[in-house]
Order: sequence, then C-alpha cells, then structure tokens
Amino acid sequence: MKSPMTSIAFDPPARETAAASFAMWVFIGSEAMLFGAILLVFMFARLSYGDAFAGAAKHLSLPLGTANTVVLITSSFAMALAHMYTAARRWRAAGRALAATALLGVVFLAIKATEYAREFGEGLAPVLGAPFIYKGPDPVHAEFFFGLYFAMTSLHALHLICGVIVIGGILALWPRTIEASRFRRVQAIGLYWHFVDIVWVFLFPVLYLINR
Amino acid sequence: MNRDLAPANYLSEGAWPRAWLLTTDHKRVAWLYLVSLTAFFFLGGAFAVLMRIELATPAGDLVSDDVYNRLFSLHGIIMVWFFLVPSIPATLGNFLLPLMIGARDLAFPRLNLASWYVFMFGSLFALASVLLGGVDTGWTFYTPLSTLYANGFVSTAAFGVFIVGFSTIMTGINFIVTVHTLRAPGLTWFRLPIFVWTLYATSLVMVLATPVLAASLILIVLERVFGIGIFNPDLGGDPLLFQHLFWFYSHPAVYIMILPGMGVVSEVLPCFSRRPLFGYKAVALASMAIAVFGFLVWGHHMFVSGQSAYAGVVFSFLSFCVAIPSAIKVFNWSLTLRKGEISFETPMLYALFFLALFTFGGLAGLFLAALAVDVHVHDTYFVVAHFHYIMVGGMVTAYMAGLHFWWPKLTGRMYSEIWGRIAAAVTFIGFNLTFFPQYVLGFLGMPRRYHTYPPEFAFWHILSSAGAVVLAIGYLMPLLYLAWSLFRGARAPDNPWQATGLEWQTSSPPPAHNFDRMPTVTRPAYDYPMKGLTEKRSDPVEDLV
Repeated sequence: MKSPMTSIAFDPPARETAAASFAMWVFIGSEAMLFGAILLVFMFARLSYGDAFAGAAKHLSLPLGTANTVVLITSSFAMALAHMYTAARRWRAAGRALAATALLGVVFLAIKATEYAREFGEGLAPVLGAPFIYKGPDPVHAEFFFGLYFAMTSLHALHLICGVIVIGGILALWPRTIEASRFRRVQAIGLYWHFVDIVWVFLFPVLYLINR
Repeated sequence: MNRDLAPANYLSEGAWPRAWLLTTDHKRVAWLYLVSLTAFFFLGGAFAVLMRIELATPAGDLVSDDVYNRLFSLHGIIMVWFFLVPSIPATLGNFLLPLMIGARDLAFPRLNLASWYVFMFGSLFALASVLLGGVDTGWTFYTPLSTLYANGFVSTAAFGVFIVGFSTIMTGINFIVTVHTLRAPGLTWFRLPIFVWTLYATSLVMVLATPVLAASLILIVLERVFGIGIFNPDLGGDPLLFQHLFWFYSHPAVYIMILPGMGVVSEVLPCFSRRPLFGYKAVALASMAIAVFGFLVWGHHMFVSGQSAYAGVVFSFLSFCVAIPSAIKVFNWSLTLRKGEISFETPMLYALFFLALFTFGGLAGLFLAALAVDVHVHDTYFVVAHFHYIMVGGMVTAYMAGLHFWWPKLTGRMYSEIWGRIAAAVTFIGFNLTFFPQYVLGFLGMPRRYHTYPPEFAFWHILSSAGAVVLAIGYLMPLLYLAWSLFRGARAPDNPWQATGLEWQTSSPPPAHNFDRMPTVTRPAYDYPMKGLTEKRSDPVEDLV
C-alpha cells in the first residue's frame, strides 16, 4: 500500500477508494478459504472413493453444466465492460452492462434450477428425505457425491444470488450516486463477481469433467 | 455518564439511545461490545459455577447428566464465541486501534457498527437454543454426535455461531484495511505498538480461518435440516472430516483469542517498568509467526482419532514449532523487566500474572503436543486445565490488565487502586486454586465432561470448586468498583501512567474526532523512559489514604 510518509489518513474520498478495493481483496481471501475448505473435502472424498465418484459424476448433465459455464463467463465479460465504461465515465453504457451482468446471472440460476429439478426427478437428490435411487455400483458413496454436489453448487448459487441483489441495489441507486462512489461500487462488485465466476471455473471441471 | 466533565468528548455528544445505537464512532461501538460481552462473560461464568457446584461431591446430586451436558456445552459455546473470540479485538481493539495509529476512525465505521448488530443477532439466536432446551454436544459440535444423536437444539446454536462468524470477519477486514491505509504520518510498520501488530495478526487469522468454521457449520446444518449426509457414514459421509474442518478453524482460533492478550501485555510491561520493550522486532514478527504456524497444527487435536501415525508425528513436530515464537515473546517480556523501575499498579499486577500463568499453561501445552503423553491425558482434565490456563489465566487476565490500563482513557475516570490490587490478587489465587488441581486430576485419569466421579478424586475436585468461588469473587469485584468509578471516580488526567503511544496524547476521554491536531510520529514505540517525565511518580495508594 501507500508509504506511511504520505498517509492519506484524514482525506476520506481518496482513502475510501483505495480502502474499498483492498477490503474486497481481503474478503475474497476469506471466501477462498470457505470454498477451499469444501473443495478440499471433495478432493479427499474423490481420492477415497474414486470409482463411485467417477460413476456418479456421469449422471450430471454435461450440456447444462457447459451452458452454465458459458453464461457465467459471458456475465463476467459484461462486468468487465461495466468496469471499463465506469472508468471512462460512460454512465449509460456502464448501467446497461451491469444490467446485462445481473441478467446473465439470473439465466445461470434458471439453468441451475432446471438441473436441480431434473436430478430431483431422477431420484438423485438425497435432500429433505427424498429417496435416493441409483442403479450404478457403490450407491452409498454415490450418495456422498450428490450430497457434496448439492452443498457446493447451492453455496455457489447463494453467492451468485447475493451478487445479483447487490447489482440490483447499485442500479437502483445509480442516478443518486456521486461519480466517485459509482466507480468504487462497480470496482468492488466487479471483484466479487469475477471471484464467484472463478469458483464455478473450479467447480465445473471438478464435478462435471473428471473421468468423462 | 460524564456530564459534569468540562470539555466536550465522545461520551457527551448526542442522547441515548439514538446516539449510541446508531453511532458509527469506533469508541462507542467498543462500548456496545463491552457491555454485551460483559453480560456474556458472566452468563458463561454462571454455567461454570453451576458445574463446579455439581462437582463438589462425587455423586450427581445437583443436576442430571443431561443437564450437566448442557451446562458445559453452553459454557463453552458462550465463552469461546461470544466472549473470548471478540473480547479484546472488539472492545479494547475497537477503541484503541484508530487512536494508536492516529486515525479518526476505522476504515469502515458503518461496517463496524453492523458487525455489532450481526454479533447480537447471532448470539441471541444461539441463546434462543438455551431457552428452547439447550445443546448437549459440547462447544466442538463433533459429528456424528451433533448430527445424528444430539437431542438438543444443535442447528439453532450452530447457526448462531455461524452468524457471529460474519461479525468476526467484518471486524477482521476492517482492522486489516485500517492498519494498511490509516496510519499517521511517520508511523512506519516497525513503529507500531505491539498491540496493533497483534490485532493485525489476529485479524488475518479471523479472515482466513473463520470461513472454514462457517463451511463446517453449514455442512452440519445442511445435514440436520436438509439431510445431506456429508458426515454421516450411512449416507456415505465421513464423521472425521468434521474434526479436520473444525480444528482447521478452532486451532487458529485459540490464537485469535490469545494474540491480542499478548499485545496488551506488551503495552503494560514496558510502561510500568519504564523500559523499552526488549526485542521489539522479534516480538512483532513472533506474532505473525504464531498466526502462520497456527494454521498448520490442527491435527494435534486428533492424535487419538485414528489419523495416520505419520500425520501424528508431523503435527506433533509442528506443534512444538509453534511454541518457539511464544517462547520468544515470554523471554522478551521477562528481559523487558530486567533493570526496570518496576511499580505494581493494578494493570501491571495483571500483566505479571499473565506472564506466569501463560508460561505455565504453555509448558503444559508442550506435554500435550508430545504424542505419547497426549494418548495418556487426552480427553482428561489435564486438557481442561491447559486450555483454561491459556484462555482464562492468559487471555482473561490480559483483558483485565488492558481494561484497567485503558480505563482512564475509556471513561475519563480513575478506579480505586486499592480495590484493583486486591481484586487482581484474589483472581490470581482463585484461578490457581481452581485450575491447578485439574492438572492433577487429569494426570490421575479423571475424564472431562462427566458429572459424577469416584470418591478418590473428591479432594482435588473440592479444591477446584472452592477455587471457583474465589475466582468468581475476583471477577465480580472489578464489575462493582469499575461501575462505581464511572460515577464517583476521580477525574483521570490525559496520561495517568505516563505511557508512550498516541492514544495517551489526546484527552481522557478523547474527543469524538480523536485528535484535535493530526499527530505525527518521529520516535519508535516504547520510547521509555520518557524525556522530561523522569521525576518519580507518586504512589496512587498513598494518594488515596
């Protein structure tokens, strides 16, 4: 950070922009530990029950998972545009790019919901006492796979929902926000959005692609 | 509270409740935390007293086994998450961090207030589980007990702890950003008071470890409420996974609890021995080393859980390694005292007691880090005694040292020095009487978490129970004389201890904006003996008589 000899301590506007993006980075470090812990659990289980997990992974829908990956990476592209437009003070374009980001986030959630519904229908969702119907070998550990799958993807979806809500809030307040704050907010939510995107970039190969 | 004080200060502005409950002033948020944490401390303490009364006789005559399980669970949950983890950072840290670095407030004042509301919401959620009938899993929520067999309100309590985790992370982020961005001109990293260093190290652990606790508690709630069996072997899960996740948080968490205490002691010892802190850089970097090593030793809680022998050896070795930075600190504190002009004011008494009790508890930790010894004393009162020597003898004693040291700054009032010294001595005696017998009990084989025991253990249990009464008196006394000082205490000068540090350069209590003039730092920390202040200080006890 800044050299202490040129501290900006008593200068709120300047300090806030630097501090806000730094704080978001620290928060992302924290979030990385959250997803890291659960990914570690998954990797441990994957190493222990490799065959059962490989078999169970084949029951996930690769087309829907791939479509979601494309949607989410596109949303991150829209977010990057929003950031560029904000930096260039092109406010209308930035607002539209933010709206597109949130919309793609909603599309992702809709596809995810379809996927969940399909898995519920096939008896692959060991949730809320629903019966787990599985034809392949080692159904007990296949159930473990689906337990982890639902835990990981729903936690990711929850983060996405939070992101969409915050973008909605930023857009709702957009006309009443001063320019310095607009940039600060877009920068912070942008960092968060890209992080949530990257989490999916880890989840997708780990859950859908391994041993295909 | 202090309306009769002439100059306007942070306490005098605005009217209750709005000016307090909606404040973003870090000094008032510190008070919000101080009041709520004190309530939790005495609530958790009350559960402990009930347990000690039950254990005064070998038979289970006061409470049933089921109630006893609930008592120790609630004692642990409340003391760890609603007192120890936030204790020094959220109260003294919140109040002092901006003052010590010459800032007007934390980087995110509203986030700071929000953290208190989140804390209250989460803790009341967990308290609801008490009213509904309690939790019987112990503070550790071990699976499969917590997921399959526990008949208490585990989900409510776990969810409460999960929410409080957000408040911890908010505080951590706020502190880290504040230390990076808001230091006064000239205040380089190696001029920071050690208290700031330890708060920084603590915040790093808070930010990086708490999410792992969150992950494990989410998975417990998912299992109990939604039936996703991550830890249930019937559903393919693995109960031991929980212990790995839990201790990956909870071992670093004991450093969340002790590091700020080390920071307080590093402030108090130089002040009352009129000597610069010996080996400043080593102490500062040892704090960071503890924060890093703390992440690598969680497996020493699981020596008997069936993890591989090689893992046990590695975790044992790493646990010995974490003792090195702690020992560096103890040696440096001791050498600070050497040739010092030592005086025994109340904060200094507590700080010296910390030094003794922390060292003693820490050495017992080395016993537990040794694989073979741990197999013998695992899950006995030896572990309970070790933990309480560090957490109560170390952390709570340091908290009391800090509270007394900075009380004049917090309130603008002086407390009764005589009563302060008496309470410190009573606490020290009561503490050792309570917990030293537990080392013996554990070594003799008394397991923890039982509400009855064979009569041959009665002698040590009775000593421990008697000590608990003395200890309770030792903790109730400050509550009374500190409260009394709020209304009747003598008005405190700006720098009653003639201490270094920016917080002593502003008035007592400070103005709402902290400093009338932006401070500039040109000297290292702990610049004792202070130039121009070398005349002998008057003895405060003499003054009172």
